Amino acid sequence: MAIIERPSVIPAAVGGAGATALATPSSSLGVFRRPVAATGWRSWVFTVDHKKIGIMYGVVSLFFFIVGGCEALLIRLQLAAPDNKVLGAGLYNEMFTMHATTMVFLFVMPMAAAFANYFLPLQVGARDVAFPRLNALSFWMFLFGGIFLNTSWFLGGAADGGWFMYSPNSSRLFSPSHGIDFWVLGLQIIGIASLVSSINLIVTVLNMRAPGMKLMNMPVFTWMVLVVQFLLLFALPVITVALFLLSFQRNFGAAFFDVDKGADPLLWQHLFWIFGHPEVYIIILPSFGIISEVLPTFARKPLFGYKFVVFSGAAIGFVGWGVWAHHMFASGLGPVSVAVFSVATMLIAIPTGVKICNWTLTLWGGKLWFTTAMMFAIGVIVLFTIGGLSGVTHAVAPADTQQTDTYHIVGHFHYVIVGGAVMGLFAGFYFWWPKVFGKLLNERLGKWNFWLMFFGVNLTFGPMHILGMQGQPRRMVVWPEKLTGEGFFNLHFWNQVATWGSFMIALGVLVFLINIIHTAKKAAPAPLDPWDARTLEWMTSSPPKAHNFDAIPTVHALDEFFHRKYEEVDTEHGARLVKVKSAEEVLAAEEARADAHIHLPSPSYWPIVLAFGLPIIAYGVIYNLLLSVVGAAIVLLGIFGWVLEPSVADDSDYDPPAGGSETKELSPVG
Amino acid sequence: MADIALHDHGAHVSSTGLSNNKLAMWLFLGSECLLFGGLISTYMLYRGRHGDGVGPAQLFDVPLTSVSSFVLLMSSLTMVLAVNSAKRKDDRNTNLWLVTTGLLGSLFVGAQVYEFTAFYNEGVGFTTSLFSSSFFTLTGFHGVHVSIGVIMLLAMVAIISRNKVAGDKAEAVEMIGLYWHFVDVVWVVIFTLVYLIPA
Repeated sequence: MAIIERPSVIPAAVGGAGATALATPSSSLGVFRRPVAATGWRSWVFTVDHKKIGIMYGVVSLFFFIVGGCEALLIRLQLAAPDNKVLGAGLYNEMFTMHATTMVFLFVMPMAAAFANYFLPLQVGARDVAFPRLNALSFWMFLFGGIFLNTSWFLGGAADGGWFMYSPNSSRLFSPSHGIDFWVLGLQIIGIASLVSSINLIVTVLNMRAPGMKLMNMPVFTWMVLVVQFLLLFALPVITVALFLLSFQRNFGAAFFDVDKGADPLLWQHLFWIFGHPEVYIIILPSFGIISEVLPTFARKPLFGYKFVVFSGAAIGFVGWGVWAHHMFASGLGPVSVAVFSVATMLIAIPTGVKICNWTLTLWGGKLWFTTAMMFAIGVIVLFTIGGLSGVTHAVAPADTQQTDTYHIVGHFHYVIVGGAVMGLFAGFYFWWPKVFGKLLNERLGKWNFWLMFFGVNLTFGPMHILGMQGQPRRMVVWPEKLTGEGFFNLHFWNQVATWGSFMIALGVLVFLINIIHTAKKAAPAPLDPWDARTLEWMTSSPPKAHNFDAIPTVHALDEFFHRKYEEVDTEHGARLVKVKSAEEVLAAEEARADAHIHLPSPSYWPIVLAFGLPIIAYGVIYNLLLSVVGAAIVLLGIFGWVLEPSVADDSDYDPPAGGSETKELSPVG
Repeated sequence: MADIALHDHGAHVSSTGLSNNKLAMWLFLGSECLLFGGLISTYMLYRGRHGDGVGPAQLFDVPLTSVSSFVLLMSSLTMVLAVNSAKRKDDRNTNLWLVTTGLLGSLFVGAQVYEFTAFYNEGVGFTTSLFSSSFFTLTGFHGVHVSIGVIMLLAMVAIISRNKVAGDKAEAVEMIGLYWHFVDVVWVVIFTLVYLIPA
């Protein structure tokens, strides 16, 4: 979808027919005609529209969520009984490694990217991201990287070193299959995808805001996504280095983690966690952003202390760089390092606590509307607080040394990741579904979804704290009958509770999937502004048009849309906010001043071509370097095709040709 | 038509005043700092670990590398001249200086290939020791960056000659310039830390 014509506004503008009739179709590298389809599969595969890319991110992430969930259920089945034999030890190692990798890199991060892609341009009043083709490239690299990573299951076994892949356990000697090679190269591809998308989104936020949208007028979700992109920008190159070192060691015989030659095993740990700890905030901050949108909407109050929430988010982003070694307290860093990282870790609890306070005070005195989205958001506050409290106790190094690598840690981080990040994403689903698809998810099924997941999370991960305190180690394939212990805190009972709980979460997710299908088939179109929402993304039709806004809105305040609907009116009880305009009226006013011609960036073949070359290079590194040469040639072809292609298709690419004398350009080269 | 629209784009959309492309390039280079930061840290950790084998002190030929470093630094000067010509819309000189920059860059890469071969013949291969693995990885990564820069420079010449630049030509040259200067600055750090300061 490239050119939005509005002939009803300026009918005379569709001129230039003589000129376009003579033009021959422009082509990519002189062979193919440029893709311009607005419908059918081509409109998705070659699209550069941030909304379509966002939806594709969402669909693929949801798929990987189910994959990762099945892996989790298998793990819990294995641990349901003593000396169990559901999975062998080798397969169990692969299962927990891939469960974590899938959930972190193929579900939570890309699902946050789905929301960011879809809503960030809408929230800042832009027509697309800064580099639409790079955006498509990010998505395809993520998809191909994820597929590449998971083909390892069928090619000799998946990675089995745990998601942080400590050396020297990750060397060929201890893991002879290709699993870790797939893991390293797959993450490398997914990492490039995230890096590209972080640059893209930062430029979008910094450069493409609507007139009047100052930084401190931006919705909190946009702010948190911005912080996350900066974390990605600086954290990803560090893991990239670590992954290169590991793959050079495994594939080309380099010595980096070869202890016989005097290698330092801590090198990997430092590199991994310098990335890995910011990664924790990369996972959680988008969810914080989402609930900072959901809570004010359904409490019908502005967010309490907007600036505090924003600055605490930024503070988390900064301090998040100084706490990585708290993952390494058990590795013998020495008292000074341990003390410094302990204190830094305690410090980071402060901005996090500020946010919890602000959310709670947003609810205080509000007219609460308990929709499913709201319940998920409140669920985040509750569950994240539990996970955060157990987390800050790990800052106390002596206690942490006891708990390291036990189920206590597993319980803690699942509370923050599932209870914090995933529940937040679900709040986002229920909140923004009508915006994206024009239909409201069913609230009754939604409540079931929420309560099943809420109780499921507590039943699964609550007992893990007990199991850990009783000494059950993380990543151990069996717990033997003779070590179960007696009385209330025996391993037997609590492991079974955890397994039942995990199936409860799965049931909750199943209800969500049923809800999606039910909504798609049965639900009536949603009203324009079902939640009486506050931010710019609601100031357009649902689903939004390809060009997002008929006219780029001029922003005057934080919560712009709310302030267009509500005005302060003096009454005998003092000034009151009174709804003076409906959403439809606000929208009609915007449509009345719609832009005549809006040029959107045109679809392109090159992102998918370029992305396709990367897994081929990666297969080549594992099997035969000749294949890498082929992959590199495809990448090179993609780059050159891309560079030589203008970001906007010529009029002659359209059939019949579309023409226009006045154009509004969206984006230069992308 | 697209070109004209592209020019006025930056003026009315960009909130920072910097064009999208340039802002993106700066962000990318910021990210690259951490990539080289990681590689340099790895080298600094491992430079003394070569067992009984050859170490940095015996291996490096500082005069040769000084010359190739000088060549690379001069290429930054010619890059500035190329950017300057591009801003004056002087295609002939732009191409001339781009080619010169590319040649100087190739000379640097050539010297690196020579150096690597010499080291290999002295028995210091990629897999020999922790020192050698981290040395070849660090300088190799830099060499690959220079090589990609050379490809970009020469491709730019071809694209300008055939008048196929999609977008603002001066800005495209300037972006390659930003990348090129960055790669040079990184080399200054690497040269100092790896070759000049004794282990």
